[in-house]
Amino acid sequence: MHKTRLIARLDVKNEFVIKGIHLEGLRKVGDPIELAKKYYLDGIDEIVFMDAVASLYERNNLFHIIEKACKEVFIPITIGGGIRSVSDIDKALRSGADKIALNTQAIKNPEIIKEASRIYGSQCIIGSIEAKKTGTGWQAYVDNGREHTGVDAVDWAKKLEDLGAGEILITSVDKEGTKKGFDVELVKKITGAVSIPVIASGGAGSLNDIRELIVTCDPGGVAIASLIHYNLFSVSEIKKELINHNLMVRP
Amino acid sequence: MIKKKIAIIDYGIGNVKSILNALDNFNAETILTNKPEDILNADGVILPGVGAFKTGMENLIAHDLIPVIKQYVKTGKPFLGICLGMQLLLDESEEFGNTKGLGLIKGKVKKLVIDETTNERLPHVSWNEIKEPEKNRWQNSILENVQQFSDVYFVHSFAAAPSTEADILATCNYGNKDFCAAVKKENVFGVQFHPEKSGKTGLAILKKFIDLIK
Repeated sequence: MHKTRLIARLDVKNEFVIKGIHLEGLRKVGDPIELAKKYYLDGIDEIVFMDAVASLYERNNLFHIIEKACKEVFIPITIGGGIRSVSDIDKALRSGADKIALNTQAIKNPEIIKEASRIYGSQCIIGSIEAKKTGTGWQAYVDNGREHTGVDAVDWAKKLEDLGAGEILITSVDKEGTKKGFDVELVKKITGAVSIPVIASGGAGSLNDIRELIVTCDPGGVAIASLIHYNLFSVSEIKKELINHNLMVRP
Repeated sequence: MIKKKIAIIDYGIGNVKSILNALDNFNAETILTNKPEDILNADGVILPGVGAFKTGMENLIAHDLIPVIKQYVKTGKPFLGICLGMQLLLDESEEFGNTKGLGLIKGKVKKLVIDETTNERLPHVSWNEIKEPEKNRWQNSILENVQQFSDVYFVHSFAAAPSTEADILATCNYGNKDFCAAVKKENVFGVQFHPEKSGKTGLAILKKFIDLIK
């Protein structure tokens, strides 16, 4: 059995971790490095830093934050948002990131996944999908959930795997920030469609939401934000609860 | 106290920033280098690396580092390979056809085998527990201060299969199969996981590596 990774997702705008609903209406919750350190010391397994406004400005502004964070945080760090080229990826890795999450640029130019995974290895390339429910399925969105692409999210996940992505980060834009639970159906579809690890993001509002997701979809990782940003639970409380329910996580 | 000089081999592969940052916590002076004199003069040497075995070997060859590494290892000073850096210690790898390795540990690098009934995925991206193959094998090694079944962070699809059982320092179970998670042969150590990404446990391993320097 693998241990489900509990991953803190820190969406960052202008030097602050922010939190919105459906990736919109952003509210400041704190300093990214301080929060990363706090979650690390409390036992989080991984940290994802997302530049929430990068696609709009067409660049990622988090490199200096990653550089500082990895001096004190000794767990895997992912950077995402506004990464547009192999030279951006190189810069991100040099600033200390272990993995790169690609969404908008991968849709525009799928070859970047192929090229980047060939150069740096699949293990450091995460295909990030922001999905919204449509009549029949889910569609992939870009620019932080703002722009639709006409691409089916499940097909896109398979394509990302074929291109060489090492993991899939699936964010439900509908559930994101709502604290109303994950889009379990979406996550189940994605985990069923690919054979690489899947990280589920968007909607965690209670311990039960996390338990239900692990039991029904068995994802590689579960991303959480509101739960810990708003101090509803601490990382160690969440882990304790999962262990009490015989779910496999790192103690 | 005189700081111990640790050379981290720079051969254009992988994220080494975290290794440098982790070592900064301890009594070490770090240098990221591919110069033979820096490597030979170091008190301890780390070979990092992620990605493909073939690219790793090609880059070592391109920087003319193989004879330097072999010469350093003969001095008896501690050497640590991390992730791909561990796999490169073996004789060869079956990733993308057979590629010759450094041959410092006898055996092959093979694709992880998963028991199909487990539904586990590859790559193995997970925190997972390491186990001592027999009592006291961790004594005087980089794992001496680590508790049995401690969790460390893995991200890989291939793993070393040393042909000499005594060279296996730790094992890990994934997909209902054991694989080799760490090796030791005299002064040569290798870990498949990332100590620099494994929180407190990982830091204790790196600290012990520095403490092994005489």
